[in-house]
Amino acid sequence: MADIRNNFVGIKSPNPFWLASAPPTDKAYNVIRAFRAGWGGVVWKTLGEEGPPVVNVNGPRYGAIWGADRRLLGLNNIELITDRALQVNLREIKQVKKDWPDRAIVVSLMVPCEEHAWKAILPVVEETEADGIELNFGCPHGMSERGMGAAVGQVPEYIEMVVRWCKANTRMPVITKLTPNITDVRKPARAALAGGTDAVSLINTINSITGVNLDSFAPEPTIDGKGSHGGYCGPAVKPIAMNMVAEIARDPETHGLPISGIGGITTWRDAAEFMALGAGNVQVCTAAMTYGFKIVQEMIAGLENWMDEKGHASLDDIIGRATPNVTDWQYLNLNYIAKAHIDQEACIKCGRCHIACEDTSHQAITNMVDGVRHFEVIEAECVGCNLCVNVCPVENCITMEPLAVGVMDQRTGKPVSPVYANWTTHPNNPMAKVAAE
Amino acid sequence: MATGHFKQGIAGGRLSPEQYADNFSDLHPPLDHHEALVESDRCYFCYDAPCMNACPTSIDIPLFIRQIATGNPIGSAKTIFDQNILGGMCARVCPTETLCEEVCVREVAEGKPVQIGRLQRYATDVAMAQNKQFYPRAASTGKTVAVVGAGPAGLAAAHRLARHGHDVTILEARPKAGGLNEYGIAAYKSIDNFAQAEVDYVTSIGGIDIQNGKALGRDYQLSDLIRNYDAVFLGMGLGGVNALRADGEEAQGVTNAVEFIAELRQASDLASLPVGRRVVVIGGGMTAIDAAVQSKLLGAEEVTICYRRGQEHMNASAFEQDLAAANGVTIRHWLQPKRVIAEGGKVSAIELEYTAMKGEKLVGTGERLTLTADQVFKAIGQSFIPSALNGSGASFALEAGRIKVDADGRTSLANVWAGGDCIFGGDDLTVSAVAQGRDAAESIHRALTSNGRA
Repeated sequence: MADIRNNFVGIKSPNPFWLASAPPTDKAYNVIRAFRAGWGGVVWKTLGEEGPPVVNVNGPRYGAIWGADRRLLGLNNIELITDRALQVNLREIKQVKKDWPDRAIVVSLMVPCEEHAWKAILPVVEETEADGIELNFGCPHGMSERGMGAAVGQVPEYIEMVVRWCKANTRMPVITKLTPNITDVRKPARAALAGGTDAVSLINTINSITGVNLDSFAPEPTIDGKGSHGGYCGPAVKPIAMNMVAEIARDPETHGLPISGIGGITTWRDAAEFMALGAGNVQVCTAAMTYGFKIVQEMIAGLENWMDEKGHASLDDIIGRATPNVTDWQYLNLNYIAKAHIDQEACIKCGRCHIACEDTSHQAITNMVDGVRHFEVIEAECVGCNLCVNVCPVENCITMEPLAVGVMDQRTGKPVSPVYANWTTHPNNPMAKVAAE
Repeated sequence: MATGHFKQGIAGGRLSPEQYADNFSDLHPPLDHHEALVESDRCYFCYDAPCMNACPTSIDIPLFIRQIATGNPIGSAKTIFDQNILGGMCARVCPTETLCEEVCVREVAEGKPVQIGRLQRYATDVAMAQNKQFYPRAASTGKTVAVVGAGPAGLAAAHRLARHGHDVTILEARPKAGGLNEYGIAAYKSIDNFAQAEVDYVTSIGGIDIQNGKALGRDYQLSDLIRNYDAVFLGMGLGGVNALRADGEEAQGVTNAVEFIAELRQASDLASLPVGRRVVVIGGGMTAIDAAVQSKLLGAEEVTICYRRGQEHMNASAFEQDLAAANGVTIRHWLQPKRVIAEGGKVSAIELEYTAMKGEKLVGTGERLTLTADQVFKAIGQSFIPSALNGSGASFALEAGRIKVDADGRTSLANVWAGGDCIFGGDDLTVSAVAQGRDAAESIHRALTSNGRA
């Protein structure tokens, strides 16, 4: 049986599935239920500085988009950091950690961008025996208007400064949580590393409006006729999050910096993908908020079974395995040639591949052959774009088949070359580094 | 002389080989990979799911469906087998329309439940095709348990006992293991010799010795088992068939439906299996439906089920009744058999009496009806034959003619447990027998280990 115990910057947990800092980790009641269900760790919902807690809106805090069957695809929220008193949270954290010593408890923090504020909160968190802290530089709504959260996370210099303060004032591992609401995620990651962070976690939520009420002309979620951009999360953000994880994992400056992957993780497979791209563990929120804590059982069993099936003994065997295969476009092999192939047995003759190709791509799929409704690939036209695969409603009906070396590509009339050749050396590239033959 | 379909009397070879093959193909064909994904996607992963609560074995249905949806059919199968080691057969024979699927929130909301039974079959098929064994045996305890009957209750008990490290001997009266899974289920619900494949899968755990042709009361006595084993589990099912209580029922051509069903399951060539041209089935349960539908599928021209009460009283589910109707079986209500009419010793017709409720009581109205029939099947229930328990040397408590057990499956005799159709209070379902066998095994394990290690 595969060993899925996790050691993330020295923080140990029985599995790599942590609950992200969010409503599910706001208080002991929820966290204990999560641990009973099997979660490996939690990042406790963000604490603010001592004093009157923040207040939340009393109308809707969440908005969503759904598939046709009401499957929740994306969630957004305008909830702020914890609205419970600091001392209550600290007391609960200490008790829960005492009662669940094998689970990871990391405390998310967000205080004003002043050293004394951080110096004040770090020792009281340390006193709870929590395993580490996560700096919330990501929250995109409300707190950012007050100079915290994403307002810090969008300025690399601030990130570096605050991380440095934290590293100087606590023995606890520091995880810096990054906002995706920036243009290049490598910059804040590099800044966090420069400040001495032990790890980064990403992504936090994405600025979003989930809908507009066309009667009231108000954005959703609507509070007394008005709405505000909220943080978007859930399955819809996973591709964005995975790219950002990969960008940091493969950046020469941050390569090797531990990453806690976050963003739409719903199944074991999502988690495995994040980890393959370089995440040392994963954090989950929306899936738990949609289905309850029990889903972790599916994640644990699924990850174990997959690892067993593939012969991966421990998480170290999978973490970062896909990172070297993420590259820049300019390094992709232009001599690799694939053609779409339609399995006629599986084809249900809906015609979507044809019209997608005919109207919007390369006119490479028939719709009629000898007077009969029939869809097949015209290899002489097919550029291997994969659009037909993506629009086909039948899984594995259309596949991309690579042409073997030496086989004639009917589109170009040239045989497939065995040589790897990318744009950097291509004759059409005016900046080509090596002259073409 | 009429041939084929219209042969008079009880005869075989009414259909072409292709028709037999087609008629007895899978009732619910397996879902393919894509169909399973689409169907699993319909599950809402309900909290405290009604389906799970409706399952006698309490399978975590939302979890196993989610595991199919996430591409982990092996994990899904384990979720099923954790609760029900005969999950493969139950996926085929459970009346899901009156259990999990009846209470599926999508059945309640839309009249279209998630197809839980077919999804369960999908996952268990994947695991069984790989002979994926999930349960290693615990270290041997040196304790021995005798199990009477290799049906669903006995197999479930044996597997759980073997898991706990006990050595199990199953004594089975029939030539093959499987019980009603092998001898009592309509052929189109369990094709490709699935019952035997499942027996092999279950016993692969080791520590289970099945001895066939060993009948309680004939080849050995209960007292022998009590003396020679540390514990005994009785799961021998029901040996008796209720009589019609109609005059002339000894005529040739009046047959027990359960025997007909068993014969059909064991037949290597369906064309050799004789069936009447005009068949009347007396009864209102699953056995009546199975016998009637299969008679029709074997080529009987006319098949009529006669049930002495109303449609709403039938034990057969609405799905089963529809299945019968779709196969051309006529179901008639408020008729009870009075007299079997024979010619030359062979049944030629059956005389029935109309019935009605008089207050709380079912009474004959005096009005009679005669149906032409060359074969009559009795399917009015089975009974427990307690005589096999004689020789136990102690009084054996029964209730309403079946073995009385407590919540743990303990009988009135020390070290003897029971489960399945032979106990009082069951519902004659495969899945309930599995639950009873499993739970009795846990009780036996607790008793053996605490006694042995105290």
